[in-house]
Amino acid sequence: MIEARGLTKRYGSTLAVDGLSFEVKAGQVTGFLGPNGSGKSTTMRMVVGLDRPDGGHVTIEGHRYHDLPWPLREVGALLESKAIHPGRSAYNHLWSLAQTNDIPRRRVDELLELVGLSAVARKRAGKFSLGMTQRLGIAAALLGDPGVLLFDEPINGLDPEGILWVRTLLKRLAAEGRAVFVSSHLMSEMALTADHLVVIGRGKLIADQPVAAFVAKSSRASVRVRTPRPEPLIAALQNAGGQIDAEPDGAIVVSGLGAPAIGDLAAGLGIALHELAPHAASLEDAFMEFTHDSVEFRAEDDIAPSGDVAPSGVTGVTEVTEVTEVTEVRP
Amino acid sequence: MVTTTPALRRLPPGRYRLSGVLRSEWTKIRSVRSTAWCILATVVAGIGVGILATTSQASQWRNSGFIDRTLFDPTSVSLTGLLFGQLAIGVLGGLTISAEYGSGAIRSTLAAVPRRPVVLAAKALVFGIVAFVVSETVSFAAFFIGQAILSGSTPTATLGQPEVLRAVIGGGLFLTFLGLMALGLAAMIRHTAGAITTFVAILLILPLVVSAFPAKYGHPVGRYLPATIGAAMTSTTTEGAHDQFLPAFPFWHGFAVLCVYAVASLVIGGVLMVRRDP
Repeated sequence: MIEARGLTKRYGSTLAVDGLSFEVKAGQVTGFLGPNGSGKSTTMRMVVGLDRPDGGHVTIEGHRYHDLPWPLREVGALLESKAIHPGRSAYNHLWSLAQTNDIPRRRVDELLELVGLSAVARKRAGKFSLGMTQRLGIAAALLGDPGVLLFDEPINGLDPEGILWVRTLLKRLAAEGRAVFVSSHLMSEMALTADHLVVIGRGKLIADQPVAAFVAKSSRASVRVRTPRPEPLIAALQNAGGQIDAEPDGAIVVSGLGAPAIGDLAAGLGIALHELAPHAASLEDAFMEFTHDSVEFRAEDDIAPSGDVAPSGVTGVTEVTEVTEVTEVRP
Repeated sequence: MVTTTPALRRLPPGRYRLSGVLRSEWTKIRSVRSTAWCILATVVAGIGVGILATTSQASQWRNSGFIDRTLFDPTSVSLTGLLFGQLAIGVLGGLTISAEYGSGAIRSTLAAVPRRPVVLAAKALVFGIVAFVVSETVSFAAFFIGQAILSGSTPTATLGQPEVLRAVIGGGLFLTFLGLMALGLAAMIRHTAGAITTFVAILLILPLVVSAFPAKYGHPVGRYLPATIGAAMTSTTTEGAHDQFLPAFPFWHGFAVLCVYAVASLVIGGVLMVRRDP
């Protein structure tokens, strides 16, 4: 278990992390959510003793990281994909780390196999793609078979297959009884992998609760609809109590009505639908609601707000952002 | 694609030790190409420049005057190349840590070994042993090759003569401790380019600055320059730095000053490592 109490980190006049307290419990995936620059990486570096907190403390199973007898066997961390000497092979990178904590050599081979890098194990890590580098970092985190794992933006640079692999791996590691702490600025990703959420903005704790509870606070489920004849459909949907947002690419986002109701309505009117996609997770909506108050926060936020949570029922242009991949098309 | 990792194992007794960190650093220094290049450069400069210097002395001997002949030190001439090899060994020492800061690998290292002085100590020990073996090999090779070239043209030295063995071993010691000083500098500066520039400035620029001083100030200061110490340590006479017309410390005194530089630089580097976030 990771336990942070009043963690504070200051860079010059900026408070990167501001009195952060949270727990990461064993046996579940705890998502660490916040926009880029909100202090997630700094917090993770403080957990593994790289950055010294200016206030507060963080412990692993009750011990400070510095005092752990076998750090790599107790905590594994994927901090940033670039924590590798570009001239050293993947094998030697892992082997040199393993040697510090008396981890047997066969474990290096096992992990290269696990992350799918056996074939390039002897190649220089500097030649690796971002995805391969990320896999090597994951292998390094798992090297000591630790009970506590930290992953800072693990899916960065991974292809869809890799992303799926990481999700499955994270869940499996948690199911094995480990404490898994994963940061992301992608709320959709957290919706799919995390059991519990620690949400921060500008270094401050915004929420610390189960994913379901976090999402339940936001009632903003929606359905994306595409049709060659939007006008009659919009009128009918509004009559049926739906709220409509138009998207710049012609799609309409309906809230207040479920996909079956919308489909039936369109069928009744003889209007063809080209897309009928329930917004499966509204985590980002919940996130935006939680952080909505802080105007300066939004100004600096490099994830543009997605499902516009501002005045409801108003037809407006919603920004298309990278988080829209959450949408799942269902038959 | 996912394989289960083995169930959580019990931790071994005790805690991580310097011996494991030493093995890790040995793996690291062996597994990058820059190590081989730096060692090659040390060998080529140390032996190659020695060959040039002795060849040139051998051909000039006939025309050299009384003073030149009196001051001629065949040991020192054959070891001239070490003063070039010092640059390559310094680069290797610096890269040992600056390459990790440059790539971010230092974070992997310090997460595995949170006691930072242990990391620096392991790096210094592993680099020190590598540098010592390479430098002594180069020093002895340069000496024997140099004497073979001089032989027949000029007086030559043998290891049995007074102070000759000391000077040849001294050449290797000088390079080793200078490399350790570079390692400490790199721990302070944390950038490869900055560390190498500083190192080169201390070795090559500082003597030029000091030589511009009036002798009254230049001589007492000049004795403390690594370049002066190196020249004295590789000669069989105390006035070994005669080339620069600067008085030098005797061998052991100079070596002690060099050790102070290396230790001070490593201690300051270690303190800064502990205090700063990587």
